[in-house]
Amino acid sequence: MYIPMNEMLKHFKQDVPTMANITHKSEQWSPYHDNSGTVLAVGIPGAVIVAGDTRLSNGYNIMSRDATKLSQLTDKCVLATAGQYADFIALRKFLQQRLQLYEFQNEVQASTETVAHLLSRELYSRRFFPYYTFNLLAGLDENNHGFVYGYDAIGSYDKMTYGVQGSGQELVVAVLDNQLKGYNKINKTIPQTREEILDIILDCFSCAAERDIHTGDNVEILIITSAGTERLIKPLRKD
Amino acid sequence: MQYLDNYLQSKGGYDYKNVKRNELMKAQGFKEMPFTKTGTTIVGVLFDGGVVMAADTRATAGSIVADKNCEKLHVLAPNVWAAGAGTAADLHHQCAHFNAKLKLQRLNLNRQSRVNEVITKLTSKLFPYRGNIGVALIIGGIDCNGPQLASVSPHGNYVYHPFQSMGSGSLAALGILEAKFQDGLTKQQAIDLAIEAIEAGIFHDMGSGSNVDVVAITKDGADYKRNVRQYNAKSYQRQIPYDFPINNTPALRKYQFDIEKQELTEVGQEMEIIE
Repeated sequence: MYIPMNEMLKHFKQDVPTMANITHKSEQWSPYHDNSGTVLAVGIPGAVIVAGDTRLSNGYNIMSRDATKLSQLTDKCVLATAGQYADFIALRKFLQQRLQLYEFQNEVQASTETVAHLLSRELYSRRFFPYYTFNLLAGLDENNHGFVYGYDAIGSYDKMTYGVQGSGQELVVAVLDNQLKGYNKINKTIPQTREEILDIILDCFSCAAERDIHTGDNVEILIITSAGTERLIKPLRKD
Repeated sequence: MQYLDNYLQSKGGYDYKNVKRNELMKAQGFKEMPFTKTGTTIVGVLFDGGVVMAADTRATAGSIVADKNCEKLHVLAPNVWAAGAGTAADLHHQCAHFNAKLKLQRLNLNRQSRVNEVITKLTSKLFPYRGNIGVALIIGGIDCNGPQLASVSPHGNYVYHPFQSMGSGSLAALGILEAKFQDGLTKQQAIDLAIEAIEAGIFHDMGSGSNVDVVAITKDGADYKRNVRQYNAKSYQRQIPYDFPINNTPALRKYQFDIEKQELTEVGQEMEIIE
């Protein structure tokens, strides 16, 4: 069997004899555990829709079929997190307490932009021992237009109209790019109504549950409008 | 050089030339290649007059489901079946190899294959590879010595036991088997128990999922039921179907191939990606 030279060479590396190469690497205890799952959020004029599956996993085991990944911080914004559940709870606690203090001191709830900035600073404060959380902050801005802020683990954020995080991210984001932004389409027909977008979101989760082992059980959906919050739960594959 | 091979073979013992080769490669910096495993739940249950084997149908590559409905029950002989967990490629090729080898032997000897000879052949092959052939099998069959069920580990260890489970979901299945197995089950009871055990693996182990396959082997033959249970249909069907009209995808470059002149020419201008 002929193997091309560049394929062969990929398996050989010229290594300098440093300590890392000579000493035997043992399995080190890691403070991080990936509890996985998928979250996504889409903002439209007048509302923002946040969805997250409710499965909590650890390796190949299911810890809970009923664990929420969404947390409503103010009347107008919701935090959706994928990653380590313990860090999600710690982060949520911090944000809830700090926003309560803000409300007491300023007699008004923090705006979504303010919460976004606060979250970024909190994540960066742990730059050298990060929160293992991949966040989406979804909320209504001052003009009641829905937006999503996507974060990495150490607080870099960007304002977007939709975002996906978690183990099913790669499976879902391409579909949303095509349907919600019209990528690779000449005549872009972008869905405008809440029902159409909800339809796409449920389908995306159902497809992610088919192919990603960490996504499943139920999908919890929060719809934030100026009138209030609506909550839906739909079933997904349980295997 | 034939005499040298014969001499070395007659010396007996194990052939360690690959060990030397591996050491040389490691010294040159060869990175050990990882192999993909399939999370699985497979079980075998012995009953009065035969053996039942069942498996789930999910094949995973890391945390992505590679195949939602693959077949994990393989035929080794008309009266001996194998259920396989571990590296998918190894399973497929090893089972096909032994199927052919056993068939040749049956043609030569004009005699039915036996379960213990399958086990011996398998373990003799697996042991020298020190677990690098990643096959964990449950072998079940019926022959002149009655119904037998054994499990073979990748290192070449085998154990005979009236009920077995292997794979990432083996612990979930084993709980059901330990609780509900008794001696002297009927065929239908054994099938129901095996299906229940696989069910436990499907719902509680994320490496296993989708449907259940069952095969019941008795003196009258092997009764193979593919997808005897299907639990998890796709949970949501889109109300508004996806619309992909023709000619709606932008082409960055267009080429035209002239068959008569055998020429490839670019048509039009290069377009940019529209976002």
